[in-house]
Amino acid sequence: MADLIGADLATRTLPLAGFHGGSGAASLSAAAPATRLSLRAKPDAVSALSLALGLSLPTRPKTSASAHGRHALWLGPDEWLVIDENGADMMGAVASSGVLHSATDISHRNTAVIVRGRGAEVAINGGCPQDLSLGIFPVGACSRTVLGKAEVVLFRTAEDTFRVECWRSFAPYVSGLLNEAAEDAGN
Amino acid sequence: MLLIYCPYCEEERSELEFRQAGDAHIARPTNMTEMTDEEFEAFFFLRDNVKGLTYERWRHLNGCGRFFNAARDTVSDKFVTTYKAGLPKPDISTLRPATEATVETYEATESNAK
Ligand SMILES: [Zn+2]
Repeated sequence: MADLIGADLATRTLPLAGFHGGSGAASLSAAAPATRLSLRAKPDAVSALSLALGLSLPTRPKTSASAHGRHALWLGPDEWLVIDENGADMMGAVASSGVLHSATDISHRNTAVIVRGRGAEVAINGGCPQDLSLGIFPVGACSRTVLGKAEVVLFRTAEDTFRVECWRSFAPYVSGLLNEAAEDAGN
Repeated sequence: MLLIYCPYCEEERSELEFRQAGDAHIARPTNMTEMTDEEFEAFFFLRDNVKGLTYERWRHLNGCGRFFNAARDTVSDKFVTTYKAGLPKPDISTLRPATEATVETYEATESNAK
């Protein structure tokens, strides 16, 4: 859209535009915009949806699958959060699957904070009761859980890095709580 | 913090992720239009409020989202077991060691609460 110079376009305000924070132990930044699907389907539709999305939808708790900047996160036995960091049209992709499913575009409902550093676990545990140690929550692990009063989806993308997805209306609260916890994480 | 085993996530998670959702194994009548008000009241409102072992529905609300059932002691708050929705009541005699004394008072359980 940026190439339409002079066109009078509405600009979208990102919920965490320009956000940076945290500490030396756990830095915080806003994740780049991405497309997201809330996907629900019965087991017999999983293989066709996997084919349509170009990755194998995970069927084990707390696991994810990634391919080419696209991530499918297991949220429940029939529910996935699919994130595409390249902004691809995933609604179109799953619509062509030919199998019964429910897909909702939640690209703008969610936003995400990237928590990175040796204190990342401690920073998130400031508001989240889950065991995030590497043996229990390895790289690629994901889960829906709580951060203080907000529901979040955690996704460990590297040993020292988590993507914390939350609803955009909770972004000020989630980023603020993480910021406080990240400052404590260095001590 | 109380940890509850979710049979769908297959691990213990904090109580903060769960919601209690009333009694389990309540048979929904198939003849509601023919029931008397008293019969409907009994089905819809009246619960036993058991002291001791009870069967409840729980939901892993801020987790996998699934409803499941739990056998729980209302005196000690101990979860005896949890199991997937739709499964029959588990045989408690196989779950409770015969040597385990029944806890009778709140004070007795609180003194050794974990
Ligand atoms: Zn669960």
